[in-house]
Amino acid sequence: MKLLFFAWVRQKTGKGEEDFALPANVATVGELADHLRARGPGYADAFADLSRLRAAVNQEHASFDAPVNDGDEVAFFPPVTGG
Amino acid sequence: MKTRIKIQTEPFDLGPELEELSQGAGALATFAGHVRGDDGTDTLILEHYPGMAEREIARHVDEAARRWPLLGVTVIHRTGELKPGERIVLVAVAAGHRREAFCACEFLMDHLKTTAAFWKQERRGGETRWVETKTSDDDAAARWK
Repeated sequence: MKLLFFAWVRQKTGKGEEDFALPANVATVGELADHLRARGPGYADAFADLSRLRAAVNQEHASFDAPVNDGDEVAFFPPVTGG
Repeated sequence: MKTRIKIQTEPFDLGPELEELSQGAGALATFAGHVRGDDGTDTLILEHYPGMAEREIARHVDEAARRWPLLGVTVIHRTGELKPGERIVLVAVAAGHRREAFCACEFLMDHLKTTAAFWKQERRGGETRWVETKTSDDDAAARWK
C-alpha cells in the first residue's frame, strides 16, 4: 500500500510518502495508526493523539474504523485548513 | 454545466475567469479569499493533497448542482507561498437567478473550508506555525445539512 502524510504529520514522520507492506494483523485505519506509532520517535509523536488526526482511504475521507487493504492509498493529516 | 476546478501556484486574474463563466447567465456570484495581513502574518504557506483536493471540490460542486439549478462553477485555489493581499481562493457560480448563485457560492465555500485537503502555515516574524481549524467553520458547513 501507499502511505501519505501531510502538514505536521509529514514533518514529524520526516516523510511525505512511502510504500508500505500491510501487516496481516492490521485491518482498519485505526489499527494502522497504532502500528505506525510504534515505528520510532517521529511516528510516535505524529500518532500520539488520534483525536488531532484525520485520515483518507483512496482519496476519500475515512473514519478510524474504516477497513484498509493492501493496494490502498492511505493518508494521515491534521484537520484541513484551506480556503 | 461548465465546471472548472484548478489548483495552482500561479496568481490568477478574475476578469477572464468571470467573463467566460458568466456568458449567458442571469446571475454570477463570486467569493474571493485573500491573505490577511492585519495579524502580522508576513507569509502564508499552503499545501494540498494532489488528487484528493480536486476530487473533494468536484464532489461538492456536484452536490451544489443537485441542490440548485446552476449554469457553471469555477473554483481556483492557490498553493505555495502567498503574501498579504494576494488572492488564495476563488469560488464563482453562474446561474439563472441570484438566489441559487448566492446559495451555491456560500455552500461551496463552507465545504471547501471544512473538507478540501489543504493545510495552511503562517509565518510571522521568522516563526512558522500550522493554522488550526475553527469551530465556526464547522458550524457554517453544518447548517447546510
